[in-house]
Amino acid sequence: MKDLYIEGDEIRDEKAPAGPVAERWDQRRFSAKLVNPANRRKLSVIVVGTGLAGASAAATLGEAGYQVKSFCYQDSPRRAHSIAAQGGINAAKNYRNDGDSIYRLFYDTVKGGDFRSRESNVYRLSQVSVEIIDQCVAQGVPFAREYGGLLDNRSFGGVQVSRTFYARGQTGQQLLIGAYQALERQVQAGTVEMNTRHEMLELIVVDGRARGIVARDMVTGEIETHFADAVVLSSGGYGNVFYLSTNAMGCNVTATWRAHRKGAYFANPCYTQIHPTCIPVSGDYQSKLTLMSESLRNDGRIWVPNEAGDTRDPREIPEEERDYYLERIYPAFGNLVPRDIASRAAKNVCDEGRGVGPGGLGVYLDFADAIKRLGRPAVEAKYGNLFDMYQRITGENPYEVPMRIYPAVHYTMGGLWVDYDLQSSIPGLFVTGEANFSDHGANRLGASALMQGLADGYFVLPNTINDYLAAGPFEEVDESTPEAGEAAEAVRARIDKLLSINGNRTVDSFHKELGHIMWDYCGMERNEEGLRKAVERIRELREEFWQNVRVLGENEELNQSLEKAGRVADFFELAELMCIDALHRRESCGGHFRSESQTEDGEALRHDDEFAYVAAWEFGGTGEPPVLRKEPLEYEYVEMKQRSYK
Amino acid sequence: MNITLRVWRQKGPDDKGRMVTYKVEDVSPDMSFLEMLDVLNERLILEGEEPVAFDHDCREGICGACGVVIDGEAHGPETTTTCQLHMRSFSDGDTITVEPWRAKAFPVIKDLVVDRGAFDRIIQAGGYISAPTGTAPDAHASPVPKADADRAFDAATCIGCGACVAACPNASGMLFTAAKVTHLGMLPQGQPEREARVVQMVNQHDEEDFGGCTNIGECAAVCPKGIPLDTISQLNRDLLGSLSSGAAE
Amino acid sequence: MALKSAMAVTGVILVLFLIAHMYGNLNAFAGQEAFDTYSHHLRELGEPMLPHGGFLWIMRVVLLASVLIHTYAAVALWRRAGRARPVRYQVTKRVQRSYSSYTMRYGGIMIALFTVFHVLHLTTNTIHPGGRSESPYERMVAGFQPEFWYVTLFYVAAVIAVGFHLRHGIWSALATLGINRQSRQRSLNIIATVIAAALTIGFLLTPLSVTFGLVE
Ligand SMILES: Cc1cc2nc3c(=O)[nH]c(=O)nc-3n(C[C@H](O)[C@H](O)[C@H](O)COP(=O)(O)OP(=O)(O)OC[C@H]3O[C@@H](n4cnc5c(N)ncnc54)[C@H](O)[C@@H]3O)c2cc1C
Ligand code: HEM
Ligand code: HEM
Ligand code: SF4
Ligand code: F3S
Ligand code: FES
Repeated sequence: MKDLYIEGDEIRDEKAPAGPVAERWDQRRFSAKLVNPANRRKLSVIVVGTGLAGASAAATLGEAGYQVKSFCYQDSPRRAHSIAAQGGINAAKNYRNDGDSIYRLFYDTVKGGDFRSRESNVYRLSQVSVEIIDQCVAQGVPFAREYGGLLDNRSFGGVQVSRTFYARGQTGQQLLIGAYQALERQVQAGTVEMNTRHEMLELIVVDGRARGIVARDMVTGEIETHFADAVVLSSGGYGNVFYLSTNAMGCNVTATWRAHRKGAYFANPCYTQIHPTCIPVSGDYQSKLTLMSESLRNDGRIWVPNEAGDTRDPREIPEEERDYYLERIYPAFGNLVPRDIASRAAKNVCDEGRGVGPGGLGVYLDFADAIKRLGRPAVEAKYGNLFDMYQRITGENPYEVPMRIYPAVHYTMGGLWVDYDLQSSIPGLFVTGEANFSDHGANRLGASALMQGLADGYFVLPNTINDYLAAGPFEEVDESTPEAGEAAEAVRARIDKLLSINGNRTVDSFHKELGHIMWDYCGMERNEEGLRKAVERIRELREEFWQNVRVLGENEELNQSLEKAGRVADFFELAELMCIDALHRRESCGGHFRSESQTEDGEALRHDDEFAYVAAWEFGGTGEPPVLRKEPLEYEYVEMKQRSYK
Repeated sequence: MNITLRVWRQKGPDDKGRMVTYKVEDVSPDMSFLEMLDVLNERLILEGEEPVAFDHDCREGICGACGVVIDGEAHGPETTTTCQLHMRSFSDGDTITVEPWRAKAFPVIKDLVVDRGAFDRIIQAGGYISAPTGTAPDAHASPVPKADADRAFDAATCIGCGACVAACPNASGMLFTAAKVTHLGMLPQGQPEREARVVQMVNQHDEEDFGGCTNIGECAAVCPKGIPLDTISQLNRDLLGSLSSGAAE
Repeated sequence: MALKSAMAVTGVILVLFLIAHMYGNLNAFAGQEAFDTYSHHLRELGEPMLPHGGFLWIMRVVLLASVLIHTYAAVALWRRAGRARPVRYQVTKRVQRSYSSYTMRYGGIMIALFTVFHVLHLTTNTIHPGGRSESPYERMVAGFQPEFWYVTLFYVAAVIAVGFHLRHGIWSALATLGINRQSRQRSLNIIATVIAAALTIGFLLTPLSVTFGLVE
């Protein structure tokens, strides 16, 4: 295996305070240097991304008095992909008096992350979760309320306390609009300069510090350089490497990958979360997968026919010829097993040929019993909007015919490695939200990502970044600084190259093929043989891409093929690293099942003695193997346990 | 099924633009409208013609990026976003006309892509509650009656797609503006800035070259999120209130 | 925005005038005397506080001002709408808007033209199909005789235009004044339709009755 990577020295999170876990965040806030308000005006920060993590950070830093430049590739900051989150956001408010506490949220999240996260970070996340809700309510986020006028909570993803705050099925949208409005308020106040339809294509590092970015104005094609005292990347996740995922079409790894190539470690790239209840693929023209809230599993029953190749109308399959496989294998949890288990079980039955619908990639999610038990009006009241959505997309009526669902890639826990201050391995480069390697580790739970995005942006980064900026303003840099000129030149050369190949295949056809490789070999279930094959095929395909892709038009215009081509080019490089990371992690953990590492009855088996570390990858140079740097994880408060759902 | 598309092609903001006809064959009824355009674009690229540019991102009806006028209707024949419109809403042999949103406030950038920055500027003018980070009281400090919370929510679901402007015979952005005024105006947190907000937002709306609203109601009829028409009335009520109390100055 | 409020307020004033005017017109059914007395009365109203014809003049000033403001606002909004969409759609489809809402502007012009004619005809006595007369009643009856069917036709067309204008106008004014709520939307729409219909029928009654010889 060592042929694919080199092992380097271990690393440590130098910023994490010691002492009792509950006091660490306070301690760090106290020890971090402050910046006097008069000096803040002289300091500038670039924030790439306007999702929950980016918009909240830009708004808060602007409010604090820094000069902020904010970037997003969409036409408005409000369209960042956080908008699509449906389910909810966790917070340890204990409004239900059901025994919740910061400690319990901490405990559940560490366990949910399968012991691959840092205790200090998770504890801080739980602490801050409380303030997030207060902040959002003050901004006018219309969370669901009860008749008494107080906030409603629900339990989410198999947790025993009700701590999830939600806004119908549109929690992400409402949270994002709150942050977006706060951001626009700062734009009006003149503290934030907003650059929409700008895509970051390179990081500028001067004297070892992150000092700016190269961005392309997507309307005019102009390659611009922007400078600041610190750079924050909040550019979201890279689930689109799988081509089909629940991510928006534009989600990309470019911002973080370019930073990785400039020296930032990329941690745990193979950790992805797979969501069990998505609407299945209907044809090869399919461009994206739509998630349906997992709450459907509360009342729907999941099954497939007993016999492979049974193509009867599901309503005509008698009860005894159906396999309610989750209820059969996991009688204690039934249809409510965690995401990874539900997803893998669905894949297994489909691999056995028992899948339903086009291409045999789907299982039934049946509400017939629930309708019988609760009556149609009750089901409609609870799930009406989801049923409508399903019907709009598939043209089938889920009140009559069972829905079909299939797992899909949904969230990526890997990302740029950061320390307790959210600073990457490049000084002055901070990373927040899904773009960093998540606080919650190899997460299998829901409602944690929104929490992390807002915690990072509103509360953590604005406190920790001061410690770095206190040493600024740093030396003046501009276009004439050699590093900046080189970075811009590299971007131009790459664009020229893409436009000049004029081959025979479209960008999308490459992306689709790459997606297939990733899904087949680096998806829910992996093994050494498959991953090796994947690395090989990715390399071949990348080779072909650079010889044979066709990108029409020119740079000096809105050119959507060119945008895509740049993103796919970076996905190729990331994909290889993901496979190498997956290959080296010879254990089943989080959402991932490694065939070589299972218990006797086929369940996931972790190897804490060998793999309780963060795998931070250092870029080894173009064409050179990456360097693995391990950050060991220690657990003082939560005892490491194997999970069991039987 | 086979479809004939008449699509607006415009090279850039200064180009005059024209309709171009394309045939798209073997369209599956399960495709979304945008997937049908993807299929067309893949073919165009291989034929050496530049693909049709259109805005889109989430493709699940929530980001508000997509939106074109299809046969004279904003977002096409169903009340949903363009990305959630499926080809089963059309029939084999149909000719479909596809145009960008048309409004001075939304200049065309290329083909079907327009610039909706005017909406962001309306929000900048006052579409927020000033709540600096870290200053918030406990979330339960001010209860909100459920009915008010629900109405605020209904208004808050606006995705900023711009279909209301595209459909309004006056090219007015009043439904978008009213949705925000209503969302924030229904909540106790929104009260201190209520009067100033509506005046500033409407002034900005007028400055952005949107038309005036004459209560035609076409906007609410095409709105994919069902923003109720009476939000405009609520905006008017707030506006008259603040004009008479002098908040306009 | 002030434009809109002005339009709504003046529109409402004009509607109120029309209601009163229709009531007056219906006096025709009570015979020449009643009608002329009503007309006379108009001029005496407010005496002795106001000079003869004083109320009428105040009313005329208010009306004229309203029409001017209303028209000004209408034209301004129309031009703004034109500017707001410099490039037109190749295909347009009405989704829900009614015939009356999208003919507001043309209807308005038609009403304006009609009013000029109408005032010249019945108030100033300048145009006089059927002969001059000092009695408004006679002027009116003479004008609507069957041989002047085109006058009647013009009136009928105008009144129908007014009906359409008001069907949307009343609803719109109420929305502009902030009275519309989701829960009231239906009833407001009904009110607008009823008032518009009542005015249309009420106005039509007089000329048609004359033309068809019910009133002589
Ligand atoms: C369908 C769906 C449902 C989900 N539901 C839940 C849920 O219920 N609960 C939960 O906790 N989590 C949920 N998640 C996960 C969660 O929504 C995301 O992890 C989180 O919102 C990410 O926020 P972010 O700010 O990090 O990134 P994003 O919101 O993705 O924002 C990325 C930003 O970066 C910008 N950007 C990206 N690349 C570039 C570039 N190269 N140059 C310039 N700008 C760039 C984009 O324009 C955008 O503004 C869900 C995710 C999905 C996809
Ligand atoms: C079709 C039925 C109508 C009839 C029979 C009718 C009849 C009359 C008569 C007889 C007068 C003169 C009154 C007087 O001088 O004492 C008059 C005046 C007037 N009418 Fe009408 N009218 C009709 C419709 C309308 C309509 C639809 C409008 C408006 C749109 C209108 C607007 C006016 C105005 C503005 C005056 C002048 C009032 C004044 O300044 O004295 N009328 N009408
Ligand atoms: C001089 C000729 C007139 C013109 C050009 C005109 C034009 C218009 C226009 C363009 C509108 C706005 C359209 C809309 O709201 O959709 C309007 C509204 C209205 N009009 Fe007229 N109109 C005229 C005369 C009248 C008359 C005589 C009346 C009453 C009897 C009237 C009553 C109204 C009312 C009540 C409204 C609604 C106001 C609002 O939208 O808030 N109009 N008119
Ligand atoms: S009001 Fe409706 S149509 Fe207008 S921008 Fe909002 S969602 Fe789109
Ligand atoms: S269609 Fe236009 S006129 Fe007003 S009610 Fe809607 S904005
Ligand atoms: S693409 Fe996001 S709403 Fe259509």
